[in-house]
Amino acid sequence: MREHGPSAPTPGQTVGPFFHYALPYDDGPRLAPAGAPDTIRLHGTVYDGAGAPVPDALLEIRQADASGRVPATEGSLRRDGRFTGWGRAATDTAGRYSFRTVEPAPVRDGAAAYFAVTVFARGLLDRLFTRIYVPSHGLDGDPLLGALTEERRGTLIAMRDSDGDLRHDIRLQGDRETVFLTFPGHD
Amino acid sequence: MWPMTSATQRSISDEIAHIHATAQPGETRTRLDFAPYRSSVLRHPTKQPLTVDPEDVELAAPVFGQSDVDPIEADLTLHPQGEPIGERMVVTGRVLDAEGRPVRGQLVEIWQANAAGRYVHKRDQHPAPLDPHFHGAGRCLTDDEGRYRFTTVKPGPYPWRNHDNAWRPAHIHFSLFGREFTQRLVTQMYFPGDPLFPLDPIFQSITDETARQRLIATYDHDVTTHEWATGYRWDIVLTGSHATPMEEDTDA
Ligand SMILES: [Fe+2]
Repeated sequence: MREHGPSAPTPGQTVGPFFHYALPYDDGPRLAPAGAPDTIRLHGTVYDGAGAPVPDALLEIRQADASGRVPATEGSLRRDGRFTGWGRAATDTAGRYSFRTVEPAPVRDGAAAYFAVTVFARGLLDRLFTRIYVPSHGLDGDPLLGALTEERRGTLIAMRDSDGDLRHDIRLQGDRETVFLTFPGHD
Repeated sequence: MWPMTSATQRSISDEIAHIHATAQPGETRTRLDFAPYRSSVLRHPTKQPLTVDPEDVELAAPVFGQSDVDPIEADLTLHPQGEPIGERMVVTGRVLDAEGRPVRGQLVEIWQANAAGRYVHKRDQHPAPLDPHFHGAGRCLTDDEGRYRFTTVKPGPYPWRNHDNAWRPAHIHFSLFGREFTQRLVTQMYFPGDPLFPLDPIFQSITDETARQRLIATYDHDVTTHEWATGYRWDIVLTGSHATPMEEDTDA
């Protein structure tokens, strides 16, 4: 039965305009229960190249927990109190997304902490990868951030709201275009 | 209803032909910058992506299990009030990584139009009937060989507003996860021989002919069942993984 040896990857296609009844779900953006202690909101707006909000985007995040452990726990679709370190949120009519979660800690001593992010949208023909860094320790030693100019770095680092939440906008195109990532072997 | 500036199919087809004629052979990835798909114009990055070695959190795909997915979610024809109209069919295949290893126990999600080409979505208002017995979304977990299997009805082609008289070839949207976060894939599965292929800017955003063919399922009479459903087979290959494979994933 098993086929082995390298094969060419299946190409991606846009998520299209009609994913809302299939992919988003109530608990998708709630990695941690609302009102639970030590939770934060990670929120922001997705913009297109003309600076208009994108009301039909979908974001997914993958993260460590508050102790720096990356959970390998099922239950993201029916959470039942489990912290799985994965969530999904669609943007609203104003292009805004919002997750309720815990702030990730660095996975290794001295490293930076970040959310790994995938972006989908109508009009976006294939998914995009990026990161959202927590504005905290370890940013200076991060190899990815170190490879970028000050201006480009800024597109990957969240801002701290006065209430402790994290705010981060994603710009698909333009002068302040978010830094998107590719991984070895992806092209 | 149509914007004054709406292009004709002929001019869209000319744009596609021009891009394909100037594309590098072997460019197998979907283009993000593909103007014949008008919505992509302001929604594609213009800067080169930064190549990074994936780290801890990017090397770990989310985990899904039996507490997430009920097996009946793989049958889109189940409805308490009756059966959907259309050609009942089974779609099955395997999710593999680029090394050919099965992706086991991982989530597969699908969504699609009904047999008349209409989605259960408030933004789809074109004059084709909704089917009260068809919702059009399903999910399942792959088995130990990486296999998924859905029962559904064949979706119809549908019009959209990219240009004048624009129609999408019939397709099923697929969402897939691998072992790593980096292997995430959302794509569309098409049916063999669709006359709309050459006209569709989304399908044609893959400039390489061989790569485009990877999105087309195969009719398989061994999947077809007597007096019940036609059968299609479609295997999905994710990008390569970066981590050292775990024991359970190595060749047996
Ligand atoms: Fe569609």
